[in-house]
Amino acid sequence: MSTDHATDAEDSPTKAADGKFGDYGGQYVPEALMPAIQELTDAYERYVVNNEDGFMDEFRQRLADFGGRPTPLQRADRLSERYDCDVYLKREDLLHGGAHKLNNALGQVLLAKYMGKDRIIAETGAGQHGTATAMAAAHLDMPCTIYMGERDINRQRPNVFRMKLNGSDVKPVTAGRGTLKEAISETMRDWAASVETTHYVIGSIVGPHPFPVMVRDFHAVISEEMRTQVREQTGGLPDSVVACAGGGSNTMGAFAHFVDDEDVNLVAVEAGGSSLAVDEEKGVAPNSASLSTGDEGVLHGARTKLLQDSFGQIMESHSISSGLDYAGVGPELAHLVDEDRVTPVAIDDDAALEGFHRLSNTEGIIPALETAHAFGYLEEHAEELSGTVVVNVSGRGDKDLQAAIEETEARDIPNAPDMSMFSEGI
Amino acid sequence: MADSGQAAETRRSDGAAANSEIAAAFDDGPAFIPYLAVGDPSYEASKAYVEALARGGADVIELGLPFSEPIAEGPTIQGAIVRALEGGMTPELFFEFVEDVDVDVPLVCMTYYNLIYQYSPPGSDERGPEQFVARAAEAGISGLVVPDLPAEEADPLRAACDEHGLDLVFIVAPTTEGERLQSMMERVSGYVYVQARLGTTGAKSDVSDQTDRSLQRLSEWNVPKAVGFGISSGEQAERIVASGADGIIVGSALVDIVADGVDSEWSTAETADKLEAKARELAEGATRGQTEPAPSDE
Repeated sequence: MSTDHATDAEDSPTKAADGKFGDYGGQYVPEALMPAIQELTDAYERYVVNNEDGFMDEFRQRLADFGGRPTPLQRADRLSERYDCDVYLKREDLLHGGAHKLNNALGQVLLAKYMGKDRIIAETGAGQHGTATAMAAAHLDMPCTIYMGERDINRQRPNVFRMKLNGSDVKPVTAGRGTLKEAISETMRDWAASVETTHYVIGSIVGPHPFPVMVRDFHAVISEEMRTQVREQTGGLPDSVVACAGGGSNTMGAFAHFVDDEDVNLVAVEAGGSSLAVDEEKGVAPNSASLSTGDEGVLHGARTKLLQDSFGQIMESHSISSGLDYAGVGPELAHLVDEDRVTPVAIDDDAALEGFHRLSNTEGIIPALETAHAFGYLEEHAEELSGTVVVNVSGRGDKDLQAAIEETEARDIPNAPDMSMFSEGI
Repeated sequence: MADSGQAAETRRSDGAAANSEIAAAFDDGPAFIPYLAVGDPSYEASKAYVEALARGGADVIELGLPFSEPIAEGPTIQGAIVRALEGGMTPELFFEFVEDVDVDVPLVCMTYYNLIYQYSPPGSDERGPEQFVARAAEAGISGLVVPDLPAEEADPLRAACDEHGLDLVFIVAPTTEGERLQSMMERVSGYVYVQARLGTTGAKSDVSDQTDRSLQRLSEWNVPKAVGFGISSGEQAERIVASGADGIIVGSALVDIVADGVDSEWSTAETADKLEAKARELAEGATRGQTEPAPSDE
């Protein structure tokens, strides 16, 4: 195990000790939450940044023993041949739970224990963060309540079962369209009432400071390993790192240790949904591409890029993948896009499904629909790729089989197998 | 706090005067401050409802400008906000409403920061707090409450409010103490919104003893203290004023009546009558709670 982790946060290029990334970030929360946010900021600096009481050592040991870190970096031979470059896969899908989400969930639940909190709450979209939090809470013996939009509960049954099996209480959120945005609002309401005893394990690099930097630091282990592994295997740094981006946690995890390497292209692949156009009348953006198309605003505690109408009302976003279906994005990513350090690219639902099938039938890895957007990018932008391209396989697709089959059936996806035998459902 | 005496001398650390209309509302006995979401369930109906609150004895009225993600609100006011947005309420219509509504008490706008941050007057490309506050002042708004804007992020809005003579009301939570309380009390004007208990807005049958502790913490400052979150009856209003509050803020208990009216298909006049009766119960309760009778013209 590496021993230089106490300096990780200091090495981070956009450290944001004051919670600001340029003009983004900040702490826009109800007054009742401010003392908890300040307490958390203090705990973050002591335990995460300065490794007080060996917090980071315990975190890393548990990530290894319970989580199975480090995850492999694997050369994808068939994709490399197809795109005429060297494609490497960072296998976060092999982390316990099947997605990168455990890095953050385990870190925060452990931090809550160090802080003396006795209850965990979390929101979840696709259910990946919820299942990771439920696993971490069971592992560390903490009672846990997960808020999940009703629509997402219906889209992601298996994850709901997993959370329940791990002993968490799952509360459906019926407000709005019943997706991630509403689940975050509802979890903040719970926290406003329970803040003295409860820690809110936010699932992405969003929300008020210190969440964006803290969640990034827990996920930065991805790019830390990636950097060492790609050097070992290729003798140098990658030419590009590609990751899907919703809120942006796997994205910043994959980018964090490369931000200073100006020669490494960082590509954030957003959900283009069915269209990048916006229906102001209905208040709907049929995509989740806040980096590509959003405007600056304030949502869920931070100033960032948002999908909003001209009055500042937050739009209903859309994506085929519930984990990307969010109207905002982490303030650090918004800042890095403004600085031209990160390139945002939108990949629509159809191309994401094409990416889903490409990875499944050429490499034997079924990706999450979120992750599939990164492979849709490879498929659509192959001519722009060269040298070593590392793709963060942020999660596996078991949770998405039903949705992937239904969505594939409903469209004309050129590389999809004939699924008609499953038309009755699985 | 040992060093708070100086702050207690003035309402604001820089000595700027609070909006005189709001200050006057507290001069004449305890202030009853009702809240409704503007546009719930329609522009015309909510105009009748706000006018009914004034007839029922409101001293200040908080008008909610609905935002799609109201993270500080419980289910009752969330419901009102959804109805108002579905009814087509926008910031511009809100200001028209303020100009249009026939009441002679000060009006305070309660909204979330993104709507202020994004506000752009018709025909202008300029956005932000300055534009919002200028338009609010022009329409006749006397003060602002922004639940997701802590004192630390409030300087641009505070400056715009000073420029246009508006009060900026902060919410003091049961968890607010020490330096935070101090810095907030130095920035607040008009009145302090004392949050009676942790959590979101919503009517409760009990009145939290956190209220007494909060009022005690605030007793050194002479800014009027208005208690809100959970007050639903005249008896509660009486008890809270007796504990030392200078005013009471009531939202959910009134919004419940609007929601019942929508569900039961009452006429606008019928709902307005019930609102007026509830307002009167609360205003009278607050008056009963006053230990030293204030001089009154009534």
